[in-house]
Amino acid sequence: MEENWAKKIRGLNLKEFLIEKLLFASATISIIVVILIFFFLFSQGALAFREISIPDFLFGQSWQPTSVIKPEFGAVPLVYGTMVVTFIAMAISVPIGIIIAVYIAEVANPIEKEILKPIVELLAGVPSVVYGFFALVTLAAWIQQLTGTNSRLNALNGGIVLAIMVIPTIVSLAEDAITSVPREYREGSMALGASKWETIRNVVLPSAAPGILAATLLGFGRAVGETMAVLMATGNATIVNFNILDSVRTMTATIVIETPEVAFGSLHYHALFAVAVFLFAITFAFNYLAGVVMRRFRRTGR
Amino acid sequence: MNIKLLKQRIYFQIFRITTASVILFLFLMIWTFISNGIGVIDWTFLTDIPRRGMTEGGIFPAIVGTIYLTLGAVAFALPVGVASAIYLVEYAHEGRLLRMINSAIINLAGVPSIVHGLFGFGLFVIFLNLGTSILSGSLTLFLMILPIVISASREALLSVPKSFREGSLALGASKWQTIRHNVLPYALPGILTGTILAVARAAGETAPIILTAAFFFRPTLPKSMLDGTMALASHIYYMATQHPNIALVRPLTYGSVLVLLGIVLSLNLVAIVIRTRHRRRKNW
Repeated sequence: MEENWAKKIRGLNLKEFLIEKLLFASATISIIVVILIFFFLFSQGALAFREISIPDFLFGQSWQPTSVIKPEFGAVPLVYGTMVVTFIAMAISVPIGIIIAVYIAEVANPIEKEILKPIVELLAGVPSVVYGFFALVTLAAWIQQLTGTNSRLNALNGGIVLAIMVIPTIVSLAEDAITSVPREYREGSMALGASKWETIRNVVLPSAAPGILAATLLGFGRAVGETMAVLMATGNATIVNFNILDSVRTMTATIVIETPEVAFGSLHYHALFAVAVFLFAITFAFNYLAGVVMRRFRRTGR
Repeated sequence: MNIKLLKQRIYFQIFRITTASVILFLFLMIWTFISNGIGVIDWTFLTDIPRRGMTEGGIFPAIVGTIYLTLGAVAFALPVGVASAIYLVEYAHEGRLLRMINSAIINLAGVPSIVHGLFGFGLFVIFLNLGTSILSGSLTLFLMILPIVISASREALLSVPKSFREGSLALGASKWQTIRHNVLPYALPGILTGTILAVARAAGETAPIILTAAFFFRPTLPKSMLDGTMALASHIYYMATQHPNIALVRPLTYGSVLVLLGIVLSLNLVAIVIRTRHRRRKNW
């Protein structure tokens, strides 16, 4: 009898022990994957710099990887494309996103809120290829009619569709920041005779500013990494014309367009990984900054 | 005082109009898909293979491909994600390891999908020699949806009150028995919601699929995980930009967009409904 119990307990302990180890192993998979992605991208990307110099890559004005005469791997046109499209998107989505967030958090009545919040969530779920198709067919035609541009697909088209895609991200994060402003702040302001709008403007928005900044940074990271919509909307010409009605090609689009045709192990193959490392570094920096801003906000916000 | 209120009213009206216009714009977008796409959707379109160079017939292989790819991704992500979340919530102690795992999850979620795609292409398709296949695509999608499943499961586990665990432990149940019988069942709706959202995300992802799993045209259904496949999202991209006669296939493309949008939005809607119903019923 005694013997049996001891056995059972030992068996149980062993089972508990094994389960804990198994769960632990699963939890480490995320770390392993991140490290693996990091090293794989870097090692493959680094190989490109055996043949092209880093300054040539970073400041080169021409991206002609498949040219027979002289292949060129200058990232400037791609970085330019990404930046133009992203800045147009942010210029549109940040103000509109904040306005919608304020409306949902402070102005809307409970019924409107019940309707608006799920809609914003649903919109965040629309696949980017669907937005891309809309930009390619409908939005591009509208923009061409309005501006009379020759290049039907252009940076403005990409920027606008990207703005639509980033708005849900900014709205939901900014709304969180606004609703987390303590009630006493509002009450104090209203008690001093300020109107609701004055309270929002002078008390609520300044207190929520770090959270809104974090939302903007995360939106920026999202916009830089977005692929299908800009690929289908911008026309993908690797030129730098400083005109938002001209075609541009982003870093993300370049990877999708060129990877399926690239010869494994070639300079071009490694150069595409170098572009991915660059992209990874930019988005990592913005996500990291957003995290820092958020943490500081949490510490000093109360 | 009156000027103050007038000013407030004007600002609030501007906000209301801005919000309404954005929503209206998006409904207009969805309406163009419905009005242009509904005409081609019938039983044949959903169950037939593409015919005559994809200018006629249906999109059945693409629908099947999307289902295989997402189910494959979830088959990896659900066990790993839930197990990770259980470890993080129930076992892990504050410390460096926990911080490392947390920042790994945040970083994994922040990596652009195309970077995941190129990584999957380099590692699974080429280095591990799995080829352009459902397995390569599923593994790539698995990496992308893992953080979604982990965060959702973690939230769900954290929302189960401490007293549930204490009651079970006080009755002599072991830690795992407690988790298995007194914590997991109550976290299930939250885990389910997160998983559905992850499926929706995986079904709509395009760029990673193009690099790791998708074929422009492959009318036969895949026989194994090592076969490549058509998929809805990549099919839309190919039909809209690569097909030799884009204008001719435009109506079919609208149909495919509508099918994908229908699948993804209904999955999202189901997740929202489960969550609100669960929230209402919860009374501990």
